[in-house]
Amino acid sequence: MFDNVWLIPLFPLIGFLINGLFGKKIKNEAIIGGIGTLAIFLSFLVSCGILMQMIGLPPEQRVFEKVVFPWIHSGNFKADMAFLLDPLSCVMIMVVTGVGSLIHLYSIGYMHGEEGFYRFFAYLNLFCMSMLLLVLGSNMLVMFIGWEGVGLCSYLLIGYYFHKKSAGDAAKKAFVMNRVGDFGFLIGLFTLFWWFGSNHNIWTINFVEIKAASHLLPYGGVVTIATLCFFVGATGKSAQIPLFTWLPDAMEGPTPVSALIHAATMVTAGVYMIGRMSFVFIKSPETMLVIAVVGAATAIFAATIGTAQNDIKRVLAYSTVSQLGFMFLAMGVGAFSAGIFHLMTHAFFKACLFLGSGSVIHAMHHALHHGHLHDDPQDMRNMGGLRKALPITFLTFFVSTIAIAGIPGFSGFFSKDEILWQAFANPYHGSVNIVLWGTGAIAACFTAFYMFRLVFMTFFGECRINPKVKGYLHESPLVITIPLMVLGFLAVVGGYIGMPKLMGMLPNYFEHWLDPVFELANEYGSKYAHSGAHHSHALEWGLMGMSVVIAVIGITIALTMYVQNTKLPSAFVSAFPALHRAVYNKWYIDELYDFVFVNPCKAFGRFLWKGFDVLIVDGVVNGVANVVMGFSGIFRYMQSGLIYNYAWSMAFGVVVILGYYVFK
Amino acid sequence: MENLNSYLIVSAILFSIGTIGVLSRKNAIVIFMCIELMLNAVNLTFVALSRHLGNLDGQVFVFFVMTVAAAEAAVGLALMIAFYNNKESIDVEDVNLMKW
Repeated sequence: MFDNVWLIPLFPLIGFLINGLFGKKIKNEAIIGGIGTLAIFLSFLVSCGILMQMIGLPPEQRVFEKVVFPWIHSGNFKADMAFLLDPLSCVMIMVVTGVGSLIHLYSIGYMHGEEGFYRFFAYLNLFCMSMLLLVLGSNMLVMFIGWEGVGLCSYLLIGYYFHKKSAGDAAKKAFVMNRVGDFGFLIGLFTLFWWFGSNHNIWTINFVEIKAASHLLPYGGVVTIATLCFFVGATGKSAQIPLFTWLPDAMEGPTPVSALIHAATMVTAGVYMIGRMSFVFIKSPETMLVIAVVGAATAIFAATIGTAQNDIKRVLAYSTVSQLGFMFLAMGVGAFSAGIFHLMTHAFFKACLFLGSGSVIHAMHHALHHGHLHDDPQDMRNMGGLRKALPITFLTFFVSTIAIAGIPGFSGFFSKDEILWQAFANPYHGSVNIVLWGTGAIAACFTAFYMFRLVFMTFFGECRINPKVKGYLHESPLVITIPLMVLGFLAVVGGYIGMPKLMGMLPNYFEHWLDPVFELANEYGSKYAHSGAHHSHALEWGLMGMSVVIAVIGITIALTMYVQNTKLPSAFVSAFPALHRAVYNKWYIDELYDFVFVNPCKAFGRFLWKGFDVLIVDGVVNGVANVVMGFSGIFRYMQSGLIYNYAWSMAFGVVVILGYYVFK
Repeated sequence: MENLNSYLIVSAILFSIGTIGVLSRKNAIVIFMCIELMLNAVNLTFVALSRHLGNLDGQVFVFFVMTVAAAEAAVGLALMIAFYNNKESIDVEDVNLMKW
């Protein structure tokens, strides 16, 4: 089965080619959607087979490299189109193909009747192929192809409704910000490559070879530079401070895109990349601290913004940014498997939440369309009480909300609690730990609050939709609700494979599964870890209890404000108008970036246009032409075409020559 | 015939007048006449030198020149008539079809 790994990215590629080239002719939505979904589902089946085979192997043999074809061979340097299978990439391909299949299926229903239906599925398949290349690539170049490919597909899909200016702007914003990150990725890649090559004559970008040679890397120094550059790449792709503002705007894309690309898969690429190179990152304590701090800061920062947004998808977008912050926090404190675990559970419940919000928007849109109303179908202030009209959507949405809020027994609890515990108990960051944990805990409280605020505003209370069209609200078709149910189910049970040891009911399968990948990183880490940081079980239980209490507090506040006493929010707003305005306007980060980066860039661009290009470049070009024209204007008299002019000069010449001989 | 120089000087003066006429006048017929003048200045030189050297070759040459001049007059006038038919002018500045 391992030998067939190349099939995994191949199926979506075929799907992309068929739909992209012939989709316009096929026209039939069932066939187009079927091809797209089948392509990724076949990949899912192959992935399942690979997973089964890997489970059957002893842990130390769970690494397999498949060279599909030789690509760049130059002297000592070798980069093949090769795929790497290990427990980490296995988790990733399962998430990408599994969640991907469900979202493809969902899209058949959601995108029904949209113009460019085939285009959507072609892009979606192209995205899946790129993402699979990213997670399967056995060297950094293949990973980079995928890295850029998903960025491109993200751009194409955010700008799917390209006739809307806001969508085009959002797509450009996402692309440009990702490019900033990609630049960091490349610099990091070059630094590492150059260091290994010039110091040890190991010219490689292959992960397995780098891992084998990683004992040569020093602690700090050049590794800090390289890993910080890689981390810049990760912040771009995974929407962390400072490059996070593109993700909320990316909600301009269709909702399945938000679920697949901007929640479940692409935005986790940064987390995956750090996990893939954990043995390099861990060698720089400084970078680890930066990652942890940025992660925690992003987690709380985005969570605060999420509390004041009214657009259902925007809340989820900020929630995604915040949850990605948790993942980076986990990576930064050396809890790599916890980070990947949260990545997986987050993929389940956030995909479910996004698809659920899509189902709500779908219903709202149709109802409003019936009444010829132009209210915003995504604004939660127009919703309310939808649980009766959309029972399945409500149920799955509610379950996923509980999961993300961190209520015990649901997947989000296990992963988030593990991260918070590791933030507190990790041996790397000394006294910063308590700050990291505190920030994470408060962010978790905000998470519970804004998610339940969303649920209460959408599904509970009075129905605020225009009463004229209330009767048109109805549950979405099966093709939409089946993926919801599957994802909702996974959001509940997905956590049990990674249950903390402490609870003792099940071994932490997930951590053991990833052990072979992160073993080396932990070994390197122990070189500078603080010793004697042994925490008692009582403390762990206590913190676990505390995170539950925190979640419950968040939910209670939401319950009080949005169900029991609905006057409270407006009272709060009028009590702290400045605070509300700041949060509602996303702390003015976009404005700040406009002021600091965008406008100077534009001004500089305008200067280059008006000043440099028009005056200097065009000036030189036109100036050369003008000089030539001026000279030829003079010299053309030499060639007037009039015989007597020539005759004059001839006579003059004869006189001069004769004069010379006569008078010499 | 003792003073060869005076013949040559007259001839040079005639030739110069002819040259300047060719170069400065616009009327094709005048230019044509100036060319005749130049040819005749040359003829005068031929005859004078022939006499001075006692050699008849120069005088034979003069006949050839006069023949050519006659032929030239015929062809030249024909050209000018043809040109006048087209442009209603015999001004050489109007002969500018090839000019840029």
